[in-house]
Amino acid sequence: MREITYTEAAREGLDEEMARDSSVFVVGEGIGKRGGNFNTTLGLFDKYGPQRLRDTPIAERGFIGMCTGAAMTGTRPVVDFMFFDFILDATGEMINQIAKMQYMSSGRLKMPIVLRGCVGVGGSSATHHSGNYYSFYSHVPGWRVVLPTTPRDAKGLLKSAIRSDDPVLFLEHKLLLNTRGEVPDPDVDELIPFGKASVRREGTDVTAVAFGMMVNRTLEAAETLAQDGIRVEVIDPRSVAPLDMETILESLAKTGRMVIVDEDYGPAGMGAEIAALVADRAFDELDAPVRRVNGVHTPIPYSPPLEAAVVPNRDTIIGAIRDLVAE
Amino acid sequence: MQTETHAGADLNLDTLLSLYRGMLSIRKIEEALVRLYQLGHIPGACHTYIGQEAIATGVCAHLRQDDVVFSTHRGHGHAVAKGVPPEEVIGELLGRMTGCSRGRGGSMHLFSPEVGLMGTTGIVGPNLLQSTGAALSFQLLRLDRVSVCFFGDGAVNNGAFHEAINMAAIWDLPVLFVCENNMYATEVPFAYATRNTDVVARAASYGVASQDVDGNDVVAVFNASAQAVDHVRGGRGPYLVECRTYRTRPHAEGMRDVGYRTQDEVSQWKQRDPIAALRTALYNDAMATEEQLSAIEERVTATVDAARETAESSPFPDPSTATSHIFSE
Repeated sequence: MREITYTEAAREGLDEEMARDSSVFVVGEGIGKRGGNFNTTLGLFDKYGPQRLRDTPIAERGFIGMCTGAAMTGTRPVVDFMFFDFILDATGEMINQIAKMQYMSSGRLKMPIVLRGCVGVGGSSATHHSGNYYSFYSHVPGWRVVLPTTPRDAKGLLKSAIRSDDPVLFLEHKLLLNTRGEVPDPDVDELIPFGKASVRREGTDVTAVAFGMMVNRTLEAAETLAQDGIRVEVIDPRSVAPLDMETILESLAKTGRMVIVDEDYGPAGMGAEIAALVADRAFDELDAPVRRVNGVHTPIPYSPPLEAAVVPNRDTIIGAIRDLVAE
Repeated sequence: MQTETHAGADLNLDTLLSLYRGMLSIRKIEEALVRLYQLGHIPGACHTYIGQEAIATGVCAHLRQDDVVFSTHRGHGHAVAKGVPPEEVIGELLGRMTGCSRGRGGSMHLFSPEVGLMGTTGIVGPNLLQSTGAALSFQLLRLDRVSVCFFGDGAVNNGAFHEAINMAAIWDLPVLFVCENNMYATEVPFAYATRNTDVVARAASYGVASQDVDGNDVVAVFNASAQAVDHVRGGRGPYLVECRTYRTRPHAEGMRDVGYRTQDEVSQWKQRDPIAALRTALYNDAMATEEQLSAIEERVTATVDAARETAESSPFPDPSTATSHIFSE
């Protein structure tokens, strides 16, 4: 299979969906001729023109609210927002309007909107360009929240997101954008469903559920631990909402131990939710308490040593898993 | 100030009577809702449109069913004018399954996409953005449909107004912004909340065509809207109409209506009632007799009474359906 980057794969998915359905359009800042801050739309302006690749004023609340109205009336907007932090101004539109529109109209309106862009800590991006925030949106009824970690998943999940009649937050960790991986040929119309986890490494001693960039860090940790005979099963849920608890619980039944590795904050986060669900549904499977490894509960600092100090890394993950195995 | 409706200037009798009937329908429905609220039959909020009926009626008279309307928290009148059946509006406020939102919404969440009512809203501002988005859809799909946003003077000081009108302007989107300036954002006077109370001037500053009218004169609203809808449907970009008006009841039923306006002010505006103004004009211009107008009123009253009875005898939604329609799949 050919290898391309995460961004190339997602762009190919967008291109295919725009070719397939003329009601799909993209808005954002610099996504027209310029091709996007992260090359998300490079080359598409020449194919689809300024109507369907529409540069916007810097008015995140405005264009997300506008795209809400577009999604209510027959088109399928893709909002290319660059950094998740930028659309916090649109939180009201996202929670009060987008998430509730299908419900309030008793299903007579659909909400086929995709908001896509970067999350995550890295590259001294500092506190206004490093937010994760996805656990907030898993709390709100009405959103699909996806966090692809491989190029293949980026493409397949973006295609599913664009075809979905539900609103989708498509979140790309900034450190994954240039990673390479195998992706099926362009003529393979692969759609990856929401709520289906991917078992990225099989193991029998510990289940590690990891999100976003932490999947890669946990895979590195698992490789090192394997040298000491600790076999870690690494699960990438791929979507935060819906969450594939079945795959997670199946793995736990095999290992009896679980750690959740998440760069996002711990309090009221994904790890807390998974641990609560495990306690509820699979308490008897546990041979040890569920452990969480999270980003530090702080605004994200700029200076490289400070930034590195607030994110889980290979060593902190290894430490947590060794402790868990010793319980 | 006086509202003087000039009936016979350039409208034929059928149109005038249709406007009369339209305003009266809204008024009678609102009066029925007020009574139901006072009897404790409406479990939630009820913001009436009484005093502002000329605006929804005059604007929606120019809309097709496939044009869309985005409304406010004071939106019963827009729903009725856009064609939502009275029993569905009353039923929704009563929380019945037959309500236009199937009991999920109440006063501030009326939806009827089948007739182009894309929602009333509990939040001030988002409707401006959504109406702009609908206009973007129509432009992208090359449809000659028109998107209309009703909003109050309160929304004009919200960022959504500026972001929406700016985007509508730069892309020449087919959206009609109708400002219902009733002078108070809940109970905060517009004149307090801004240094510039001229909404038309704000439109001009974004390069958007606009005009202001007496919002209690249905003929004036009708004529201004004719021009505005023609402009928008003709692909000449957005348009703003500022309608100066007044709500004569409290912000919401059951709320204290003192401390921010005088009874004298309310009385003066009641003298400018849009329905009475048209009735007087029709009578004075000898276009309709008192008997004709009273016959219309009786028919409207009978229709609304029947709608209320239908709504009151409709079932409540099944509690087991409380979580349906969160997602499409």
